[in-house]
Amino acid sequence: MESYALLIAATLNAGTVLALAALGLLINEKAGVVNLGAEGLMLCAAIAGFACVVHTGNDWLGFAAGMGAGAVLAAIFGVLVIWLGTNQYATGLALSLFGVGFSAFVGIGYVQEKLPERANYAIPGLADIPWVGPALFKQHPLVYVAMLLVLALVWFLYRSRTGLVLRAVGESPASAHALGYPVRRIRLAAVVVGGALCGLAGAYISVSYTPLWVEGMVAGKGWIALALTTFATWRPARVLLGAYLFGGVTMLQFHLQGMGVEVPSQMLTALPYIATIVVLALISRNPAWIRVNMPASLGKPFYPGS
Amino acid sequence: MLRLEPRPQASRLWTYASPLLALVLTVLLGVALFMALGKDPVRGLQMFFWEPVKTGYALGELMVKATPLLVIALGLSVCFRSNVWNIGAEGQFVIGAVCAGGVALLADKDTGRWIVLAVLLAGVLGGMLWAGITALLRDRFNASEILVSLMLVYVADMVLSYLVYGPWKDPAGFNFPQSKTFEAVTQIPRLMSGSRVSVGLLLALVGAGLLWVFLFRTRAGFAQQVGGLAPDAARYAGFSSRKALWVALLTSGGAAGLAGALEVAGPIGQLTPYVPAGYGFAAIIVAFVGRLHPAGMVLSAVLMSMFYIGGELAQSRLGLPKSITGVFQGLLLFCLLACDTLVAYRLRWVASKKGSV
Repeated sequence: MESYALLIAATLNAGTVLALAALGLLINEKAGVVNLGAEGLMLCAAIAGFACVVHTGNDWLGFAAGMGAGAVLAAIFGVLVIWLGTNQYATGLALSLFGVGFSAFVGIGYVQEKLPERANYAIPGLADIPWVGPALFKQHPLVYVAMLLVLALVWFLYRSRTGLVLRAVGESPASAHALGYPVRRIRLAAVVVGGALCGLAGAYISVSYTPLWVEGMVAGKGWIALALTTFATWRPARVLLGAYLFGGVTMLQFHLQGMGVEVPSQMLTALPYIATIVVLALISRNPAWIRVNMPASLGKPFYPGS
Repeated sequence: MLRLEPRPQASRLWTYASPLLALVLTVLLGVALFMALGKDPVRGLQMFFWEPVKTGYALGELMVKATPLLVIALGLSVCFRSNVWNIGAEGQFVIGAVCAGGVALLADKDTGRWIVLAVLLAGVLGGMLWAGITALLRDRFNASEILVSLMLVYVADMVLSYLVYGPWKDPAGFNFPQSKTFEAVTQIPRLMSGSRVSVGLLLALVGAGLLWVFLFRTRAGFAQQVGGLAPDAARYAGFSSRKALWVALLTSGGAAGLAGALEVAGPIGQLTPYVPAGYGFAAIIVAFVGRLHPAGMVLSAVLMSMFYIGGELAQSRLGLPKSITGVFQGLLLFCLLACDTLVAYRLRWVASKKGSV
């Protein structure tokens, strides 16, 4: 039984990485911008966060550095696609390719570095409850932050005026423009905030989830997060659910190996990617469903006055 | 302040000038990077733009790396021209290499030279199969080809890894994760002695010619591109978008698979976990920098090959990490996309105006 509690704990932890990134991408997409650069951005944030912790010894500064790196890269991406009207797919791809190379380039000196001992975040009292404690209350604070973020985002998108404007910009930028809203600035703000969240996810990977630096260590989580927004039909709560589901798939491989199931390890490693493909196909199968939920101007540039 | 003003017509001049300006910008950024790292920028640039063309042998090596890049990019251009976003050429390359390697491993002492054809064919079919999964899921399930093709890259890497760590591992290989070295008979014929350039280069150039004919001189090629430029017009003309999807993905998958076969049965000569070298991703940049035009892609493939060789030289001679190649590749694509704005817009100085958001 104890091992199941640990499996749940590990699932929530793995899901948090995906949830943070996917929620960031959700904000982008609600404003009408697809950022295919998530993977590269997360890698740059991962090395920025890791390097910061190596030099300062403070995890929270590392997370801040990751968010900063994510925001800066997202801002460059945003200016290109929003003001210069470059193709969103191609620009995102450029960011991904650049991020993979740049993080490897910068990170070469940090490959052997080790972080100071990781703190233990048990919540006093609650963590001692048998079974439930180890499963839920010995998590990194960011695990709870991700959960709270979902609540905040639901409130922001569907209950606040600013959220309404953000969604209007993604659905019908021309109408939002006609009402006097600065469509391009709102899109840029959404892209930067989304980038910062992806950056936080990247830094979480290198600082807490697997506290070390390895080239390409994000290992496709940025792409899986992109798939998650579609999987969740652009609803924050479903993003979280989906993230935990994929976190579970990731953890299942270790669990199966631990149970001594005779499967090649490569097949288990490929499991999250295959699961992404299968789920994406099943969700996308109904075009009407996707069309109803997808922000209507997703991926389309907007030129005021044209 | 500086404002962008739409041009009445796309600028022909900037269509050609933009990749060059992008290259200049990338070089300037490169100089800044070298100086920031305390390296002599002139020596840095030498590694990238002079060393790879200095001697006949170096030129040959330049072509060896340009070949797979060009072959993959040619296929990808068909995709991008029909607005199909296949970004998983890397995976198709790997599966092509795996299938080609599988056939090459069947050869023994008595096998004839025909095996080379079988190896290449296996590569093409493998790449097509892998791209076909993406096409099927897009066609039947409406799943984003971007995400599916990309996810399949990771799966392809795992297939390769499984084989070289498992059933295809060389029993006499000191437990290294690699297959047996292929029989000499499977080796792609070389063009001349003293250089590793193979007939693959000729195949690539012939492919560029064929692509030109297909795109600009056949009805099928025209129909293929209309769907990308104007989907409504294509539908009105009765061009099938499903057919365009399948043609695009199978062509690019086949090309990437062929490149994989040329690599494993050429310069590499066995299956190892290091077969994926990022050519599938770099070829995306080759395709865009070459304006998706066969002639342009020949030039950009050579340029990208310079980036690869320059990166290796920067590592061995300047002590810089090899990943500098990836940095420059990404920068080049960024600069190109930014410069492409000048194709459709012109820059104008105008008096600053309130409310221009």
